[in-house]
Amino acid sequence: MLVISQVSKRYGDAPALAPTDLQVPSGESLVLIGPSGCGKSTLLRLIAGLIQPDSGTITFEGTRLSSENILQIRQRMGYVIQEGGLFPHLTVRDNVTVMARYLHRDASWIDCRINELAQLARLPEEMMSRFPAELSGGQRQRVSLMRALMLDPDLLLLDEPLGALDPMIRYELQQELKAIFGQLGKTVIMVTHDIAEAAFFGQTLVLMRDGHIVQAGPFKELAQTPAEPFVEQFITAQREPMAQLVEALR
Amino acid sequence: MKAKQRIGVMLLGFCALLVNTVVSAEAPVSITVGSKGFTESVILGEMLRHLARQTGIEAHHQRQLGGTRVLWNALLSGEIDAYPEYTGTLLQEILVKENLQTEAELKQALTERGLRMTSPLGFNNTYAIGMKAELAERLKLRTISDLKNHPELVLGFGSEFMDRADGWPGLQQGYQLPQQNVRGLDHDLAYRGIESGTLHVTDLYATDAEIAYYKLRALEDDLNYFPVYNAVILYRADVEQRAPEVAAMFNRLAGRIDAPTMSRMNAQVKLNGEPESAVAAGFLKQAFNLDVDYQIQSAWQRFWQHTGEHLVLVGISLSAAILFAVPLGILAARRERLGPIVLGVAGILQTIPSLALFVFMIPLLGIGGPPAIMALFLYSLLPIIRNTYAGLKDIPPAIVESAQALGLPSRARLRIVELPLATRAILAGIKTSAVINVGTAALSALIGAGGYGQPILTGIRLDDIGLILQGAIPAAVLALLVQGLFELIERGLLPKGLRIQTSEVKSAS
Repeated sequence: MLVISQVSKRYGDAPALAPTDLQVPSGESLVLIGPSGCGKSTLLRLIAGLIQPDSGTITFEGTRLSSENILQIRQRMGYVIQEGGLFPHLTVRDNVTVMARYLHRDASWIDCRINELAQLARLPEEMMSRFPAELSGGQRQRVSLMRALMLDPDLLLLDEPLGALDPMIRYELQQELKAIFGQLGKTVIMVTHDIAEAAFFGQTLVLMRDGHIVQAGPFKELAQTPAEPFVEQFITAQREPMAQLVEALR
Repeated sequence: MKAKQRIGVMLLGFCALLVNTVVSAEAPVSITVGSKGFTESVILGEMLRHLARQTGIEAHHQRQLGGTRVLWNALLSGEIDAYPEYTGTLLQEILVKENLQTEAELKQALTERGLRMTSPLGFNNTYAIGMKAELAERLKLRTISDLKNHPELVLGFGSEFMDRADGWPGLQQGYQLPQQNVRGLDHDLAYRGIESGTLHVTDLYATDAEIAYYKLRALEDDLNYFPVYNAVILYRADVEQRAPEVAAMFNRLAGRIDAPTMSRMNAQVKLNGEPESAVAAGFLKQAFNLDVDYQIQSAWQRFWQHTGEHLVLVGISLSAAILFAVPLGILAARRERLGPIVLGVAGILQTIPSLALFVFMIPLLGIGGPPAIMALFLYSLLPIIRNTYAGLKDIPPAIVESAQALGLPSRARLRIVELPLATRAILAGIKTSAVINVGTAALSALIGAGGYGQPILTGIRLDDIGLILQGAIPAAVLALLVQGLFELIERGLLPKGLRIQTSEVKSAS
């Protein structure tokens, strides 16, 4: 589905991403993980075409991304960011359907689709006429997901979609998101810095540091055969405080 | 000889008539006269208008335009056909580079520019240096040279006198005057400064009515510094073809107005509050037995006329500014390289003093409404451009990126997402521009565009607070109304989602 070949990116003098290769097969759930500034968000934004690579190519279903075709290709990618990125001046309904309406999709198709998605995201009908400012953080992320799924994309890109939520809501939404992904069977690429979330969602985890991919594989592989000490450190660093708490309770 | 001349003039006139009817059949001959921003000039201007009308030709008077250069350039470009001028000003200021000596040389220089000059009207309105007679008595000051012994005196001169080569700079050098405290201000305000004692010495025009009224003494020009300022009428040579009878009328004024007469007419207007038009008509009746039919507008008629003029100035310039500035603001926000250039140029325009901007427009667009509208337009750009730019730049990157990620093309993003979100900022910029525009438009009376500035200028000239308020209050009210109008528009335009307070809802998902 997605082939990334020797893609690199610099911001001014600072390299954000070293030349990188990555392949994402269809139907895969892939999680990009790593500490802040490791290049995971840069990689996701390159895939969405929001920034252009300095070198290398990105091929989406056999088509090489370029500034000419990016607008068409984006219609086949759904994109969800932290805090949702909803348009504050539009209602939930208008936020979700903005692109479909721009493309002059059939009105009854739009109605049908938004009902379907509202059910999927478990948002009640009356919420469709609210404005983003009238929603809670979790509701906003559900709307953002609806908007990303509106045109039934082949690829779903999520940039720390749950990063701004408090832990309880985050937990609840993690469960639901996983169920939705399972139901839809779409290719998903998610960025997170939370190892537990990554292990929960990802068939494949791609651990990055300083613009390089350190190791890619299932969580088990990373945990059991770390490619370098950093992999172990990264996993332990997030597991250790919890383990200590559990220990203390005994 | 005379008969031949007359036939020649008639033939010329006939030819001119033919040319006129052929070339511009739609435009009937009309004459526009101008006057400077002081009472004597306005009275003479009214006189010229009355005279031109006597011949049956339509005549207009652009009253109290802002300064000698404005009138001179307007005359050269044909915006006006005639205005009263002084030989001293022509020799020492306008044509000073030519170093002309005699009246014949002056006439020659004017002819080369397509201009004519009547013979002197009969009074010499030279500059004089004056102060309260009582103070002069106390300090025993009789001549300008005597001022050298009193460096503590505060000097205040009319803005023109302050800057003219033949004004203060030359005077100071000529007499080696030591005073440090010298200010430039409006000539008519200087009299009030003298009266209140904040100023001690000022420049006078010899025929000013105030000399007697304020009990001033003109100090003797013992070094003969000031040239002779004989009043003349300047007119375009083509008036002799277009309307020879008007040119003849103007020339009838030569030698007919002596200094006491002019001084008396100035006093009638400035001290008795008679309209210039009536004073000018009274003189023509007395001197030439001409019955001038003139109308004095009522206060309401003037009010509506000024309101209409002001609304046209503001309406056109502000609408055009909105139409240009919003796209320029968008361009500045979208194009990284163009942004600083657009903002920089608009910023520089804003730093030009508004009065100077008005005057800069005259060579391009003449006098009256068009240059004023252009200047107001340029002046209104910056707040709108800057706010449009800031409004677009302040949209959170997450929202811009979300719109991009949806696949919306650039134009659609602008229309559907970015402009609605920048509405409040853009409207705030428009409101700022509107208020500045309404206020600045009052200055456009200086270049003959009328509006609420007209009664303000006349009020300053005649020292009439009531007249000043007749312009100042409506201008302030108009500014408030325009702002209110845009508040209403904002209520209609601002998307509902942006009016909701974010803190209202905090329920769990």
